[in-house]
Amino acid sequence: MEFLAAIGRAFLVFLEATGRLALFTSRAVSHCFRPPVYARLIGRQMIDIGYYSLPVVGLTALFTGMVLALQSYTGFARFQAEGAVATVVVLSITRELGPVLAGLMVAGRIGAAMAAEIGTMRVTEQIDALTTLATNPMKYLVAPRLIAGLCMLPLLVVVADIIGVFGGFLVAVYKLGFNPANYLSKSWEYLQFMDVVSGLVKAGVFGFFVSLMGCYHGYHSRGGAEGVGTATTNAVVSASILILISNYLITGMFFSK
Amino acid sequence: MTGSPPKIALSGVNKRFGDKVVLDGLDLTVGKSESLVVIGGSGTGKSVMLKCILGLLRPESGSIMVDGEETVSKTRGDREAMLRKFGMLFQGSALFDSLKVWENVAFGLIQGRHMPRVQAKEIALAKLAAVGLGPEVGELSPSELSGGMQKRVALARAIATEPEVIFFDEPTTGLDPIMADVINELIVKCVKDLGATALSITHDMASARKIADRIAMIYQGKIIWCGKREDIDHSGNAYVDQFINGRAEGPIRMQVRAL
Repeated sequence: MEFLAAIGRAFLVFLEATGRLALFTSRAVSHCFRPPVYARLIGRQMIDIGYYSLPVVGLTALFTGMVLALQSYTGFARFQAEGAVATVVVLSITRELGPVLAGLMVAGRIGAAMAAEIGTMRVTEQIDALTTLATNPMKYLVAPRLIAGLCMLPLLVVVADIIGVFGGFLVAVYKLGFNPANYLSKSWEYLQFMDVVSGLVKAGVFGFFVSLMGCYHGYHSRGGAEGVGTATTNAVVSASILILISNYLITGMFFSK
Repeated sequence: MTGSPPKIALSGVNKRFGDKVVLDGLDLTVGKSESLVVIGGSGTGKSVMLKCILGLLRPESGSIMVDGEETVSKTRGDREAMLRKFGMLFQGSALFDSLKVWENVAFGLIQGRHMPRVQAKEIALAKLAAVGLGPEVGELSPSELSGGMQKRVALARAIATEPEVIFFDEPTTGLDPIMADVINELIVKCVKDLGATALSITHDMASARKIADRIAMIYQGKIIWCGKREDIDHSGNAYVDQFINGRAEGPIRMQVRAL
């Protein structure tokens, strides 16, 4: 009986957490569409998420593209298919690696920062202070971050796609001896509009999840520095898991026959 | 008190967290332009009471009236409108780290009242001057200020919108005795200048004696004594006597758990 009770308790806790997240999400999203719009705060978050994440996302994309070209070349050389390297690089980057790696890097950088900032505001009563100053914390703190995450990650992924493909080009041309014009034409030849669009849709969803998890865990953090630390960890882990699960679902939506 | 309704009236307010009863049928009234100080030990429900009035926590039962209007059942939108009447000084100041000092003080004017920033800055600097801080402080970040200065800024923020009611949550906690007295005097002056109603919670008796018209004592979630400031030394209540004299012996037993 004790064992069954433990399972029941865990299930109830899971249901409670799911319900709380669903309520938080619906409230947060509804505030994105209702005035007042805090344009200054949205702009600041966009700079934080977009501009300041550029170096880390760019570096990740560059080296991923380079490794991809190297790996696919050595692999495909076994059955004389080296000509497919450019196509493999461009499709892998635009469809999968660009959005997923950018999402995970932003989850580590921005999701953690959001959870720590909002969590600290919670435990130092700054969120209560917002309420007493007749300002809705969901509208002031959460909505701008959700909007910025949703808008900026696709832009970051466009940059990551270009840098990733460029990384592959560098290795293919300067290390593996590909003809530059040939490599570029092969890159374009099999790339379809939907390959890029699917990556950008993923990026928008990932950006939303990263901001949502950062805000949710920060908003509900309790118990001082330890609580803020836990919130930060949970924000990164849950955003990463959501990114990987939703990546599969969106890929299925776009490309399953 | 006159025939007009009290500014704030709590009756039968109950609040619990899990099995722990924090407010147990609490009754309290605060008259217009009155300064009431609620004293009590740590964990007796003082802060929870303030948060229930502000709507930050929802009581399980009971009534909380502000200007004769029930607030417990108010929607979030209606409560935001009601909160425009309130100012609050938080125990830890709760200044926004990401904003400059003047932006903190002007926050309620810019966000709550949609005042242009230039005009709000002028008022913020005037309020900073009222608490003894120069305009140069306005350009600093809260983290660059001492604890006493942060309390002054928090006080300036609490009075910036000229609220009808101001709450003070442990206003002198963590300050040296001289700075605590400076803050107490500023509180008395600001409340008098605004003609506001003040509700303070503290366990600092020097502070309570300085800023209160009336003092109430909370114990185990109930108001066990309420009377004029000058009556507190001969209240005839053993709990009050023990608390104001800071004695370990008496009817109040501190919950001390062996490690």
